Amino acid sequence: MSSIRSYHVSLLQQLESEAIYVLRETAAQFRNPALLFSGGKDSIVMAWLARKAFHPAGLPFTLLHVDTGHNFPETLSYRDTFVEQIGARLLVASVQDSIDQGRAVEERGHRASRNKLQTVTLLDAIAEQKFDACLGGGRRDEEKARAKERFFSHRNDFGQWDPKNQRPELWNLFNGRMHQGEQFRVFPLSNWTEMDVWLYIRQENIPLPSLYFSHQRRVFQRDGSWLDAETGFAQPQTEEPILEKTMRFRTIGDVTCTGAVESPAATLDDIIAEVAAARQTERGTRADDQRSESAMEDRKKEGYF
Amino acid sequence: MDLLRFTTAGSVDDGKSTLIGRLLYDSKSIFEDQLEAVERFSRKRGDQHVDLALLTDGLRAEREQGITIDVAYRYFATPRRKFIIADTPGHIQYTRNMVTGASTANLAIILIDARKGVIEQTCRHAFLANLLRIQHVVVAVNKMDLVDFAEERFEEIKEAFTSFASRLDNLVEMTFIPISALQGDNVVDKSTQMPWYQGPTLLYHLETVYVGTTENHVEARFPVQWVIRPHSDQWHDFRGFSGRVAGGVFKPGDAVTVLPSGFQSKIKEIHTADGPLEEAYSPLSVSLLLEDEIDTSRGDMIVKSNNPPQMGQDIEAMICWFGEKPMSPRGRYVLRHTTREVQAVIKEVRYKVNINTLHKIEDDLEFHMNDIGRISLRTSAPVIYDSYAKNRITGSFILIDAGSNETVAAGMIRG
Ligand SMILES: Nc1nc2c(ncn2[C@@H]2O[C@H](COP(=O)(O)OP(=O)(O)O)[C@@H](O)[C@H]2O)c(=O)[nH]1
Ligand SMILES: [Mg+2]
Repeated sequence: MSSIRSYHVSLLQQLESEAIYVLRETAAQFRNPALLFSGGKDSIVMAWLARKAFHPAGLPFTLLHVDTGHNFPETLSYRDTFVEQIGARLLVASVQDSIDQGRAVEERGHRASRNKLQTVTLLDAIAEQKFDACLGGGRRDEEKARAKERFFSHRNDFGQWDPKNQRPELWNLFNGRMHQGEQFRVFPLSNWTEMDVWLYIRQENIPLPSLYFSHQRRVFQRDGSWLDAETGFAQPQTEEPILEKTMRFRTIGDVTCTGAVESPAATLDDIIAEVAAARQTERGTRADDQRSESAMEDRKKEGYF
Repeated sequence: MDLLRFTTAGSVDDGKSTLIGRLLYDSKSIFEDQLEAVERFSRKRGDQHVDLALLTDGLRAEREQGITIDVAYRYFATPRRKFIIADTPGHIQYTRNMVTGASTANLAIILIDARKGVIEQTCRHAFLANLLRIQHVVVAVNKMDLVDFAEERFEEIKEAFTSFASRLDNLVEMTFIPISALQGDNVVDKSTQMPWYQGPTLLYHLETVYVGTTENHVEARFPVQWVIRPHSDQWHDFRGFSGRVAGGVFKPGDAVTVLPSGFQSKIKEIHTADGPLEEAYSPLSVSLLLEDEIDTSRGDMIVKSNNPPQMGQDIEAMICWFGEKPMSPRGRYVLRHTTREVQAVIKEVRYKVNINTLHKIEDDLEFHMNDIGRISLRTSAPVIYDSYAKNRITGSFILIDAGSNETVAAGMIRG
């Protein structure tokens, strides 16, 4: 046996330690942080890391689900089981309520999406609950505007991001100071890639909604995306025939704008092999990002995650 | 897999964003939909060729103006390594941006426009890389296509840079590579235009360069971030001091001191959600349980008793000023260091540095945006620190303007 220690830290250990560090900084620097939980894999990994960061105590965050009302049933049942397992508090802020109260106006037509409306619901929930920071599972490798994000992202008192005027972030020193009414978004998974997330899910054996794995689904094609035809939230037009295919989801969001991909990947190993060979970004399946060249940046400036 | 974090530096239009775009493109790290989006935008803007800089210039204003406004991070992996790149813009807030990118990097790529050669900005970047103790520098002489791929020009630049850099004592290794980011020469694929160049391509160098760790495994340091006290019957007596190891190695049984109080105890257990560890070292996040009940909270530091850090209220440091407002003489700022926040007053400006000559400036002591120099600070409460040369984590701090809450300076503590 060699007596020389190398103190090697694997890539996943480095990412895990960094995320836990960020989660603890969030708990320490803010009065009332929330963790945005959508039931998608990134927010699942983030919540998993939060459980580890404060173990054996419970989470010092409220889980906040901004619910568009257009959910896959699997996502909702997964959400409730998972939240109970990690012993967290869950608050559901509903876009439907925002619409009913006249705070948000539903888009019209068969391409209507509630994606933009989420911002209204989120900002109302923040104001009502007096959250001063929201943890999000966003990753910089996901999208070009997200590549510009800080770990601690300052938002003005309207919740808006000003990408041209961000605080410099040096070493691992995060400046979470703010004036009354301002807020932060915090991204513990900033340095993770899609592949890192999948490798971590495999390493930790984290349960996932079945939607991520290959299954038979009735779908129809719109603008190059395969949309779900089973939940009834997305309405196929006459020229959009319904087909049954072997599909899975690479990301999970609002049913009306999350495309499925044809895939036989039924296990985590299959998915990891598929991600390694992928030629399209995961958000390529998201109609919400395809609306314009700067869709994500524009939504973030309005106060989106 | 192994991780390399690097940053790019160069002045506006030297080709930093194009180079990163080229690295991503030629190493097949670009997805089809990303490439289509970039092609679409290039066509719309009327570019002659696809502008690979659009791959990192993620903000609308950046794409419209063809410049980088803010630091962007990009990720890619080859079978040998995973890379995290900070693409830093070279205009107005250039020091701030470069220092930000450099603070978490193990290697810096300094770009030089082959037509312009070593200019003031180049010296600044080399100086900053040295100041932040980045030990590995790649000098990429770009736009070789615009100087007919001439060896003499490359050699001239190499000589000029080497002569300047000989006065910088922390740079351990420098590699010079002639490239054309636009055409791809020597970025991922070997150039056919420069048969006189025998060295590695940029990507090959990045994949294989041996980068020693920046972690310190000697002096044991543990800044306390948060105290874990579960309110449950099962864990009734549990009191864990959680944080990320900033240096050295901790083991159960080690004699430790909690600073600033000075109380002594022993490590009872190193707790993680996956079970106890036999040892903890940087950069692992863990919780330490101590044998004795000692009053300990966020901002304290747990250290091994046989190897304590420095502690005091008078700090000597090199700083880089970022604020739009100049530093006010004898001004008060918030100083954030590890997990500790204290008030600080600027006691004295000792000198500023002229980065072209590396001479000290002692007659103009007002710090403006992008200025670098040496100051002394007096803090409202003790700071527990090491020199930046010993430990990047316990040796670095930021200054915050308490009125605007902006981060106005980065500091590196002198031993
Ligand atoms: N001829 C030539 N032009 C280049 C090369 N690299 C970059 N450029 C051009 O220089 C300009 C500035 O490039 P950009 O990457 O935006 O520079 P940055 O400001 O350093 O990020 C763009 O028009 C590029 O197409 C090169 O190797 N050769
Ligand atoms: Mg640029």
